[in-house]
Amino acid sequence: MPIEVNGKTLETDEEGYLSNLSEWTEDAAKVLAESEGLEMSDDHWQIVNFLREYYNEYQIAPAVRVLTKAVGKKLGKEKGNSKYLYELFPYGPGKQACKIAGLPKPTGCV
Amino acid sequence: MLHTVNKSPFDRNSLESCLKQSKDGSAILFIEDGVYGALANTKYSDMVKEAMKSRKMYALFPDIEARGMQDKVIDGIKMIDYEGFVDLVVEKNAVQSWL
Amino acid sequence: MNETTGGIAMDDESEGTIKKFMYINRKAPYGTVYALEALEVVLIAAAFDQDVSMVFCDDGVYQIVKGQHTKFIDVKNFSPTYRALEGYDVEKLYVSKESMDERGLAEDDLLVDVEIVDNAKMADLMEDQDVVLSF
Repeated sequence: MPIEVNGKTLETDEEGYLSNLSEWTEDAAKVLAESEGLEMSDDHWQIVNFLREYYNEYQIAPAVRVLTKAVGKKLGKEKGNSKYLYELFPYGPGKQACKIAGLPKPTGCV
Repeated sequence: MLHTVNKSPFDRNSLESCLKQSKDGSAILFIEDGVYGALANTKYSDMVKEAMKSRKMYALFPDIEARGMQDKVIDGIKMIDYEGFVDLVVEKNAVQSWL
Repeated sequence: MNETTGGIAMDDESEGTIKKFMYINRKAPYGTVYALEALEVVLIAAAFDQDVSMVFCDDGVYQIVKGQHTKFIDVKNFSPTYRALEGYDVEKLYVSKESMDERGLAEDDLLVDVEIVDNAKMADLMEDQDVVLSF
């Protein structure tokens, strides 16, 4: 289902992931978050931006386990744990945060 | 005549067959995984260099660059882009693809 | 799940036991889909917490060569993803010395840290596995 962002239509796949990740903007993230019932806080942005950096470097969306570990390394233990990440993204930091970050679904998520 | 080779010489004998069955003055173009045959310091470099004495050799640069081989191509093999590929096909009377 | 576990059934008996899985890569990266498929299987199967190693031999060594730029062939450059393997706890990467030599490649040409091993050592490593997956 395509989404509307500032009058522009962005294509998504049937699960709501952006088809073209170069079309992502911060406004697109807000619209995607809204469709997930989330309001973006600074803490949300921090993880979303972290995911985008990860993708830039490795060209994949990390599995949750890998994301958790990498967040812990970069942002500290109090953030690098599933409890923290699931509180921010209740439907899964992999699926939900990747969607908002404009990334494909993490490799290995079914 | 233009010959194209699109398989790695380490994987198939396409390059060897091509070199054996092409005439002096013909053109040989390395494309896709065939570009691994256009590299210096490999097991096949000498064979290719020998053949270069009598044939003109080309490599498709987008395929070279995709594989990270831009600094390893044998001196004297001419890099061409897709337009150059088309020009060669137009210029030569026939094309044999060593698949 | 059998496809990602090499046909090993994840039944009660095998649960909890760690097996040695080896993925053998013998194909160049873009001419066929083997390299990308293997990489995806490794990343997915990494969730099973097994003892995983990857081998790069024959044209497979070309998968992990530095400096790949695929913009003009309009194919995804998946070479940076090999550097993510460490984060997936896939740390044992073995590269065939003979395959490197034939291709005039040196360790410095590779984009990940690897262990370069000769044919005899490679044969020993393969012999030592519970499951071998070939690409």
